[in-house]
Amino acid sequence: MKDNKVIAVKNLTKRFGDFLAVDAISFEVKAGEIFGFLGANGAGKTTAMKMLIGISKPSSGEAMVAGFDVYTQTELIKKNIGYMSQKFALYDDLTVRENITFFGGIYGLSRATIKEKVKVLVTELKLENIIDQLVGALPLGWKQKLSFSVSLLHDPKIVFLDEPTGGVDPITRRQFWEMIYHAADKGTTLFVTTHYMDEAEYCDKVSIMVNGKIEAMGPPKLLKERYGAGNLNEVFLKLARGSKPNE
Amino acid sequence: MKTIGYLIQKEFKQIFRNKGMLPIIFILPIVQLLILSNAATYEVKDIKFGYIDVDRSSTSRALIEKFRSSAYFNLLAPYSSYKVAYAGMLQGKVNVIMEIPNNFERQLVNQEKTSLGLTVDAIDGAAAGVETAYIQQIVQEFNQGIALETSVSNKNRSGFAGLITIIPSYWYNSTLDYKTFMVPGILVLLVTMITLFLSGMNIVREKEIGTLEQINVTPIKKSQFIIGKLFPFWIIGLGLLTIGLVLAKLIFDIPLLGSLGTLYFYTAIYILVVLGIGLFISNFTETQQQAMFIAWFFMVIFILMSGLFTPIESMPQWAQVITTFNPIRYFVEVVRMVMLKGAGFSDILPQIWKTLAYAVLVNGLAVLSYKKVN
Amino acid sequence: MKRFIGFVKKEFYHIYRDKRSLFILFGMPIAQILLFGFAITNEINKVEIAILDQAKDATTIEIINKMATSKYFSINRYLAAESEVEGVFKEGKVKAVINFEKDFGEKMVKRGQATIQLVADATDPNTANSITNYILSIVQQYNQSINLHQVGGPQVLTQTHMAFNPELKSVFMFVPGVMTIILMLVSAMMTSISIAKEKELGTMEILLVSPLKPFQVILGKVVPYILLSIINAIIIVLLSIFIFKMPVQGSLILLGAESVLFILTSLSLGILISTIAKTQQTAMMISLMGLMLPVILLSGFIFPIGSMPLPLQIISNIIPAKWFILIIKGIMLKGVGMAFIWKETIILIGMTLFFIGISTYKYKIRLE
Repeated sequence: MKDNKVIAVKNLTKRFGDFLAVDAISFEVKAGEIFGFLGANGAGKTTAMKMLIGISKPSSGEAMVAGFDVYTQTELIKKNIGYMSQKFALYDDLTVRENITFFGGIYGLSRATIKEKVKVLVTELKLENIIDQLVGALPLGWKQKLSFSVSLLHDPKIVFLDEPTGGVDPITRRQFWEMIYHAADKGTTLFVTTHYMDEAEYCDKVSIMVNGKIEAMGPPKLLKERYGAGNLNEVFLKLARGSKPNE
Repeated sequence: MKTIGYLIQKEFKQIFRNKGMLPIIFILPIVQLLILSNAATYEVKDIKFGYIDVDRSSTSRALIEKFRSSAYFNLLAPYSSYKVAYAGMLQGKVNVIMEIPNNFERQLVNQEKTSLGLTVDAIDGAAAGVETAYIQQIVQEFNQGIALETSVSNKNRSGFAGLITIIPSYWYNSTLDYKTFMVPGILVLLVTMITLFLSGMNIVREKEIGTLEQINVTPIKKSQFIIGKLFPFWIIGLGLLTIGLVLAKLIFDIPLLGSLGTLYFYTAIYILVVLGIGLFISNFTETQQQAMFIAWFFMVIFILMSGLFTPIESMPQWAQVITTFNPIRYFVEVVRMVMLKGAGFSDILPQIWKTLAYAVLVNGLAVLSYKKVN
Repeated sequence: MKRFIGFVKKEFYHIYRDKRSLFILFGMPIAQILLFGFAITNEINKVEIAILDQAKDATTIEIINKMATSKYFSINRYLAAESEVEGVFKEGKVKAVINFEKDFGEKMVKRGQATIQLVADATDPNTANSITNYILSIVQQYNQSINLHQVGGPQVLTQTHMAFNPELKSVFMFVPGVMTIILMLVSAMMTSISIAKEKELGTMEILLVSPLKPFQVILGKVVPYILLSIINAIIIVLLSIFIFKMPVQGSLILLGAESVLFILTSLSLGILISTIAKTQQTAMMISLMGLMLPVILLSGFIFPIGSMPLPLQIISNIIPAKWFILIIKGIMLKGVGMAFIWKETIILIGMTLFFIGISTYKYKIRLE
């Protein structure tokens, strides 16, 4: 990885019968970047992401994640990435501590490391009062923050976040993005799908997917200039209507 | 190994934290074992016996008395007519109607043959057969009585021909106590139901909630995941068997002629088969609802074709072939052989091999069909 | 009303789109009734018995012949000594040994009396019991036949009429039972799970804040399943009539009405279960673990209720399936009308109202 690329995708395609869910997309993500993977619902974001994290087999094309091939080395990929799914995926019937211990254990962390992690998280996220509460009883914002923390437990190189802030209030979203920045500062690469265009402004680089294809890619500032738009939302609307960039 | 440990720990926590499920897993089966084992008998007794005595003679009364003194019959008040008695049968209040004709005594006194009219509610054909046999037996004894009486006055006859009696003796269960047979059998069913339903639902439940996807992106190996998932249910199955055996001994005083070790050895393999089937169902379903319908379908077939309630030998040939694919059949056979006949390890070897092969096959298929990637 | 119809439609779409469940709902009951209708019988059929004939005279040979030609037994083994019995039983194939004493014929001639020893493998006491009974009735017939040949002498004979099932087909006994079990479990399970599912997913709350009244929500969820169960019931009845040659002596309309009543009872039991259960898992375990064995064992489906210990006979009264089995047998086999089954019908109606009442009560408590 001398060129510093942690994700390299070329012509990646996923076909369900006649339907092209992901149509030959290509992009690269550098280490430590926050990469915003944008698109409307049904544009193919989640499908593309599932191929990258090794739970869906591509129909064709190439992709390397953390230096490993998505066809043959999915288990190695999994050791090096974290994932926070759209559906809330911690166990409601376990406590916060038990969830952390369980996922830490699954990733092969030692008991001592897990204890240490719990301690760090308790202070960082101010969890003193809720560490031994059942996750099911927590408000959604807390659950999202915990989910993210759990996906970072094993210090992965890349974390994939699928619509991480769906349904939470603006303040929590703000806090959530602070956590994302914090992780990026430590050198973690973040791959975030979202359809909140204001959030996309926080990313180092974004790609915008329409009907399975990546229609535009680059730093938010550059895209706004190229499409002559005041914000990313306008860029997005223009793309969705099928307009071409201003030459 | 350590990873599996975390998984097992998590599963146990989830099971024991679910206060709604605990009684269903542990108490419901035990209560059913204690109560339902008493229900499973084909013994025919307390036959509701209605009669119409048109003759009203001392002989007819003597015949009725014979029925009254039999332990099998529960004599109802005499009916005035066949019509009334038959209406009673339609309502299910009478099982058997006996009509004594009005020239009953006269014909016998005249050394003639006379005939009783019997109507048997034959919807349960097997019970009807038994009831008829009991009646015949009493009539036979009655005939013998008449023959003895008349042979005194009628020297022409040399005794009474054709009196062959049967002396039955029952091995392994001399009092024909059906509970010794049913308690182990029902225990087998309960262990199977609990382990099949729990394992069949478990993975599909995580699929439905979405946590399975989270697990799938972790580096955990397929085999680790599956072992970690199934092990707790294996333990629960064996635990349930233990509780059941203790109660069987304490409450029903069920004999255990064979070795407990053999029984546990076999059960340990057997539960693997059930868990494999559960996992297999989990793999091919999307929702808990689907998983449960399929588990239910197989469970009903397994139960009714296990030879526990109805004998396998009586089934048509093709159905008997189907029962060879029924794991419960083997478990029922083994429990019966080990507990009641005192069979040893070598006696149940055929069942062990078949079950082991089944376990390997089902679990192999289940592991192969479990996909982390789709 | 319009809103309500819209809601029912939504429920139909749910069911109709889930092809797998649909297949299970219709395919499995059919498969089960076909399988069990043919396979389940409590009468014994070609059971292997062995003969130990130490007399070998005309009488024993005649009796053995009678046993061999009966449909209940098949005789392949002839033993030479009593010591062989144990080995034969350990093998497991032979279920009983018939032992004729050495002086059997002699006793017959001299005293007119002789005994046959029947040794049965009683590990399955039910089978042992049946074998004894069938052997008994064969010998009894033989006894009667000798007596018939004797000229003169007083003699009581019997003329037996096997009512409702002259050929003693066990299908007549079991098809109503299988039908009941399938309807009961499918209906109760389907409703309890589908309501628990909405609760678990949180969509129930969305439905409850809608302008629909709570009972409309529940009714809307149940209506599609009523229709599905009715279709199931029709298929099962057709199979019983055309495949198993079950007669319908009574009114087909009454049978239909009673089936709908029983479906309602089962569905309301399903609703009750769903008010108790928080998750689908609990709902399923209650309806499967809680209903399956009690319904099979205490409904009179396989085992006659009259032979059970008294406490169980009392408990069996709370099993709705028991009453429905009585009703089906009454209508199909006995050809009775409402005059004979009104009691059972009222009990089922009462149970349905009771289940609905408790559910409503539980439900109100939760809202407050």
